[in-house]
Amino acid sequence: MTVTSVDKDVDTLTLTLVADFTAPVERVWRLWADPRQLERWWGPPSYPATFEEHDLTPGGGVTYYMTGPEGEKFGGWWRISSVTPPTALEFTDGFSDRDGAPDPEMPTTSVRVTLTEHDGGTRMELRSVFDTREQMERLAEMGMVEGLSQSVGQMDALLAD
Amino acid sequence: MVVDGMADESAETVDRLFHALADATRRDILRRCVRGELSVSRLAAAYPMSFAAVQKHVTVLERAGLVTKERRGREQLVRTEPDAVRRARQALDELESAWRARVDRMSGLLARDAGATTGPVTPARDGTTTEGTDR
Repeated sequence: MTVTSVDKDVDTLTLTLVADFTAPVERVWRLWADPRQLERWWGPPSYPATFEEHDLTPGGGVTYYMTGPEGEKFGGWWRISSVTPPTALEFTDGFSDRDGAPDPEMPTTSVRVTLTEHDGGTRMELRSVFDTREQMERLAEMGMVEGLSQSVGQMDALLAD
Repeated sequence: MVVDGMADESAETVDRLFHALADATRRDILRRCVRGELSVSRLAAAYPMSFAAVQKHVTVLERAGLVTKERRGREQLVRTEPDAVRRARQALDELESAWRARVDRMSGLLARDAGATTGPVTPARDGTTTEGTDR
């Protein structure tokens, strides 16, 4: 199993995930550093990502869009805060509006990735933190948790009886 | 950006919710706790069953994320989970599903390298893993 541990902290809105790969650190780094590799895993197959700008330097930016089955496009961006090839990357991850500009209404997360050699392969530690609770709640409201929210709604209705 | 692979995890969460709610005693415990926190012993006194049995019901509710249990002195207090916490948990579950799916796809790509040097490449590996069918 690739993902070795997951920790979720509801107080600090932090997800910490550890994954182990058999490939060497340099190779795993390329999954992040090469935009052509990145677009093969960032978006789900039904929403493939196309990276336009990809500047992994401090202060640099990454922009991409994902294309849905109906041809609809969803844009996103990263703002790089620090980078230490081939072992560490920190960035803010956000959504873009229709014009490709960062959408302030949408949630951003701060992501930190570290790669270390581990048992002849690579251990990837990823920490992702919702930057504000308001934005995080908006994500929930947006219906991205539709299935679950609906069930919770039905459940509330049951309890209200 | 989080629009990924939530189906499986959510389905499990929903299963736990419905299982928790499928029992009349547990629904009653929830109703009582909505009005304010209650100790397990107070709850146990309200039902014609053992303390251990009531505690078991509380555990099921706790696993479904419907209540939290906190030890205070010799008492265990049960309260319903506030909406804010529930929403935070949902958002983090989302984020987890998205990253798990991405890690699966990363593994798929790395495995493809290995395939290229040792034998034929297995096609469409990432196409199957992202549906989360392996969990």
